[in-house]
Amino acid sequence: MTTPTYTDFYTLLPYLILTVWACVLLLVDLFIPVGRKGITAFLAALGIAVTLGFSITQIGAESVGFSSMVALDGFSTFANILLLSSGLFGIALAYGYTQRFNMVRGEYYILLLFSVSGMMLMAQANDLIIVFLALELLSIPLYVLSAISRKLTSEESGVKYFLLGAFASGFVVYGTALIFGATGSTNLAAIFAQAAAGVTSGLLLTIGAALLLVGFGFKVAAAPFHMWTPDVYQGAPTSVTAFMAAGAKIAGFVALFRVFATAFPSLAPELTTILWALSAVTMILGNLTAISQTNIKRMLAYSAIAHAGYILMAFVPYGNAKVAPTAIAAGLFYLVAYAVSNFGSWGVVIALEKAEGKGLEIEDYAGLAKKYPALAAAMTVFMLSLIGFPPTLGMVGKFYLFRSALAGGFPGLALIGLVTSLLSAYYYLRVVVNMYMKEGDPEIEREPWLALTTGFTAIATVVVSFVPQFLFMLAYTAVMR
Amino acid sequence: MLLEYIAIGVMILVATLIAFIAIGLGGLFGPKKPSAEKDTPYESGMNPYGEGTRRMPVRFYLVAVLFILFDIEVVFFLPWAIAFRQLGLFGLLEMVIFIVILLIGYVYAWKKGALEWE
Amino acid sequence: MVPVDYYIILSAILFTIGALGVLSRRNPLIIFMSIELMLNAANLAFVAFARVYETFSGQIFVFFVIAVAAAEVAVGLALIVEIFKSKKNINIDEMNSLKG
Repeated sequence: MTTPTYTDFYTLLPYLILTVWACVLLLVDLFIPVGRKGITAFLAALGIAVTLGFSITQIGAESVGFSSMVALDGFSTFANILLLSSGLFGIALAYGYTQRFNMVRGEYYILLLFSVSGMMLMAQANDLIIVFLALELLSIPLYVLSAISRKLTSEESGVKYFLLGAFASGFVVYGTALIFGATGSTNLAAIFAQAAAGVTSGLLLTIGAALLLVGFGFKVAAAPFHMWTPDVYQGAPTSVTAFMAAGAKIAGFVALFRVFATAFPSLAPELTTILWALSAVTMILGNLTAISQTNIKRMLAYSAIAHAGYILMAFVPYGNAKVAPTAIAAGLFYLVAYAVSNFGSWGVVIALEKAEGKGLEIEDYAGLAKKYPALAAAMTVFMLSLIGFPPTLGMVGKFYLFRSALAGGFPGLALIGLVTSLLSAYYYLRVVVNMYMKEGDPEIEREPWLALTTGFTAIATVVVSFVPQFLFMLAYTAVMR
Repeated sequence: MLLEYIAIGVMILVATLIAFIAIGLGGLFGPKKPSAEKDTPYESGMNPYGEGTRRMPVRFYLVAVLFILFDIEVVFFLPWAIAFRQLGLFGLLEMVIFIVILLIGYVYAWKKGALEWE
Repeated sequence: MVPVDYYIILSAILFTIGALGVLSRRNPLIIFMSIELMLNAANLAFVAFARVYETFSGQIFVFFVIAVAAAEVAVGLALIVEIFKSKKNINIDEMNSLKG
């Protein structure tokens, strides 16, 4: 029996800080009167900010802890910072939204904290046991959050998300069981060593990895495991949708990158074709179905599916040691780009949303440019970024993705990405056309935190696109360790 | 391989036969004097009323769920208790942390009124 | 002694029954039972493999799966009870207040 050392705790410290904070806040919140839940929001944001500050000091640090069940490296720190920022945006969007729609509950912020801590654990997981626990820690709060407004649509969204999420974790657990059966270990490095030594049952290992892929495919909303996404995204309160669209996707992909790149490079020949097909189908299906949507939440949900396809593209050449680091760095970069544009566009949706799910049709955006030019400009930036049109972060992200797909020897995939991006211009630009060319009289909600989030993400989307090298190098060094 | 199962097969067969024989004998030789009282489900108990599958108040559900949650955690106590001596002080501390986390949940449920019946 | 393969085959069968149950049934409670069946199929596989490798880590994983499944039950049943209160019906095909 080994007692844990300082290194063990240091490795896991960001996660520990946030979890302890969330537990304490759960008790503190009991004594905060109903009218003053802003205090809980503030304390939750403070907790994330403190953890974020600490995570930043960990840049460059590398260690493993708790019998190498968790790892701290550039990759996990990059993901942690991204996830914690997502948590901050999630709270900023939720603050006004929950007040406006009568769903002020301290638990909202506490569940969000738990979910963020699960995502961070996922980024640091170096053992399939931890991957599973982290997956549940991030998912269970999200099930509750989807249903938190207690309207029928929200409850349906919660039940659907729960059933599909639990189904997905069934796949993850069974996949882990088979991998354990093939290698006798759940530790990623040990699995890799066993597979490389060639003493494992190849069939069990392949089936296990495929089942893991199915489970994560559900989590990141990749086709053909995406059916839950539109209903859940539409039914959940918009502030929750914004958070889960970004957070769950980042965590899912980060875990996918780490698990497959660390443990299963030997399976690359079998898996590459499957990943190629997954990525292509997801891009095509997401974009094609998005075209016919008239509800903006549904449209953005299909767009989220399409973007899962683009990010999967980074993942296809994971077994090719020469290309993989650049490709995965491109994936990380695109995750940042997606998260930023995602929070911004959902922020605009929140600004226009009215009670009883009104104000969510794309037609409701008509005339926005005349009445609120700044908001319309911000929305235009986000739509351009999601298309991948310069000068936005989305364009640079897609450039890196397509470049790494070409370098990995998948020109067909890059072509599909390019064509579907052109196709996506049709439905994204429809929002812009509605805002600038049509007559209408939209009303928006003015909330300081909402305005701050939208403004900040809009400016970041444009400004960072002029100095993308800086962010890309950060991602690249993070991957290279 | 299969031969090993023959013994089990014989046992199942004999057990089934004995059950049938016992019930058959009782039916053949026992006295039969049915009456309305004897045919009720509980011969000397309360008269049943209503359907057997009626709805329960949702409060039972809350109690049951809380029970499951705290009950399942015992699963972690068992291996800990067995390895208690080897784990030493650190194991004890870890279990204290675990219990504190459980207590946080307990206090939360308590303050939220989940333990009140009315 | 029963060979380990038999346990694995049994667990694979249970997992498949569970997965098919999720895909074919329309009652959320039964879907959820099927999911539990999938998780327990994995538990069986874990214990069987742990026996092969003579390590405890497989059995420890089972504890975690059990605990997490309990947490899922609590949340999932709460959601289903909530929706039953507002709809008086829990058929998944009738959860269509969202279009599509």
